Amino acid sequence: MTPAATIPVVVREVRPVTPLIRRFTLAREDGLPLPAFSAGAHVVVVMPGAARTLRNPYSLMGTSADLSTYDIAVRLSETSRGGSRFMHEAVAPGSKLAITPPVNLFPLDKLARRHLLLCGGVGITPVSAHVRELVHGGVPFEVHCGARSIEHATLALELRAIAPDAVAIHLDTPGPTMDVEAILAEQPLGTHLYVCGPGGMIENVIATARAAGWPESHIHWERFTAPPAGKPFEVTLSRSGKRITVPPEMSLLEAIEAAGVDAPFLCRGGACGQCETTVLALDGTLLHHDVYLSADQKAAGDRIMPCVSRADCRTLVLDR
Amino acid sequence: MTIAFKPDETYRDDFTFRNSPAAIRRFPFPFGEDVYRYAVNIEPHVRGGPTAAYDNLFDIDEHYIAECRERALVLAHDPKRCQALPHMMAAQWDTLELLMENLSTDYPEHFSLVRDGYAWHWTNRALGIEQHFVFGDAGTLPCEPLEYIGRQMQGDLTLQDQREDNLFMDAGMVTCQADWSLEFDLGMKFHEWHGPVPLAHEQGVFDRALKFLLNLQLGRPVRRLNWTMTINPRMDTSPEQYPQWGPDRTTITPENVGSRVHLRVELQSLFRLPRSNAILFGIRCYLISLEELATIPKWSRRLHRVLQTLPPELVEYKGLSRFRDTAIAWLAQRDDGAPTSVGTAPD
Ligand code: FES
Repeated sequence: MTPAATIPVVVREVRPVTPLIRRFTLAREDGLPLPAFSAGAHVVVVMPGAARTLRNPYSLMGTSADLSTYDIAVRLSETSRGGSRFMHEAVAPGSKLAITPPVNLFPLDKLARRHLLLCGGVGITPVSAHVRELVHGGVPFEVHCGARSIEHATLALELRAIAPDAVAIHLDTPGPTMDVEAILAEQPLGTHLYVCGPGGMIENVIATARAAGWPESHIHWERFTAPPAGKPFEVTLSRSGKRITVPPEMSLLEAIEAAGVDAPFLCRGGACGQCETTVLALDGTLLHHDVYLSADQKAAGDRIMPCVSRADCRTLVLDR
Repeated sequence: MTIAFKPDETYRDDFTFRNSPAAIRRFPFPFGEDVYRYAVNIEPHVRGGPTAAYDNLFDIDEHYIAECRERALVLAHDPKRCQALPHMMAAQWDTLELLMENLSTDYPEHFSLVRDGYAWHWTNRALGIEQHFVFGDAGTLPCEPLEYIGRQMQGDLTLQDQREDNLFMDAGMVTCQADWSLEFDLGMKFHEWHGPVPLAHEQGVFDRALKFLLNLQLGRPVRRLNWTMTINPRMDTSPEQYPQWGPDRTTITPENVGSRVHLRVELQSLFRLPRSNAILFGIRCYLISLEELATIPKWSRRLHRVLQTLPPELVEYKGLSRFRDTAIAWLAQRDDGAPTSVGTAPD
């Protein structure tokens, strides 16, 4: 599948939410309603950066009840490769951007009898949509939000206002922090667990749940890995007959796109599998950063997820 | 363009269903070359294709009124042909919205939809239906949304919930299927409901198809064609009705093969649904008798050659064993060996 056609949008409002997070309200440039979506969905925002086009995935925070606008929240990343910095510094009301149609890689399980949602930091954004959907259904749910301190907990306070009995907030300062083991231990059998937040938190929650015997089918997570920077490397694209260099701050996928080659993607975060590309020849090592390929597949070295993964190599030939 | 419907034709008893010359030319003929080849022929479901059957995402033709009546007859006899598990309500509304939007935009002479927030007004002039209802409130429709809109559609619909990295057929309205059963498949996973197809499993086809469908994107539907052959223009060849249609297969003679044996093509389309994240599977069935098909010489030549190269396990699976040779003999008289043009469009 080729990349989805994008929707031109205009920024209606920009509001600071916490010292690090801003909320952006987007509307279609032509004034028509935006596509309906399900809780947990994200869009990829396409930003006209000075040197190159930037594309980052952001979760949609609201519901389909009002489709005149979408709300996303963007955390300024210290290690930003440009996307979140661009959103914070170059985007103001009236700015024009483009988005892909929504894709949901983090949906609620419709058969769950109970939902437990854990989030940390800006990982609260998809959970904001989940809670807004859950308050209308009859299924019990419980939410735990972690934040550094009260000024970083604005979105969590908003959620607590919507569902006062279901939302708990845990602050690093003054503490106590979220006790994942204790929370999981209290859940009735059959609960579905969802986690979104920094990589370390997700790994910890998943490991704790597995250790406590939770079935894999009841553990859900969303982690958009920001593509890590790395050393430059050279790639040959065999189908399009091009030779490109991937600079340190660009992902392999971005470099392929910059060379004018259409490549498929959905999440741009190593999660969905859509960008999977066959490796035809390799002299060196693939640096896999995705959560999609299995350990065996990674070890085989015959495929790569170019949205997040790189290579340390003398030669790399891709079927693209 | 106003479609000239043929409201009185039948798909049972006296079988008066016929294709007009225009309907023949728009038939979605499935074979692109002169030999049979198994392929995962999934392509984007975009407007436009080899014949007019591809002009819209949901195709309405001259058989619309008659087919809707046939569906009503099947449902009256067996209400279980329409079923939905409780968690599929959002997907039902998604489906109703998608269909009403497309029909009213593509066939404004026959359908209209006026929306004021959640207060919707639907008009189906072809069937003489007018309905005011509240989108999202099933109590304001005479039946559940899937059944409501399904009764006004040509073709079957099933709804797949996506969970556990799999697809579960958790709702559907199925009255014109080729030998499979909603009652039997409801709630099944992707690989289970595709269980008995020979050859495909070996080729890992379903693993790849599932992976592909799990990533199906909003606004980017896909389609594929499937085919079999049916005796008489009978829509309902379900397992439940086997005693009705099974014996037909032994009645084919050189004299009646041209009028009674029909090529049956399913135009299958798959759509991601927005609010529910479910997948809509549309199965639009087209029937054409060998006589009608032979009015397009390219098609009868090619069908002859394809049937000759069909692997035995597929002849068996598609239920063609009893009459394939008779059909080949009839088609052979209409195949002068001339080369056929590339693609499926009529010459
Ligand atoms: S785009 Fe989703 S894994 Fe690369």
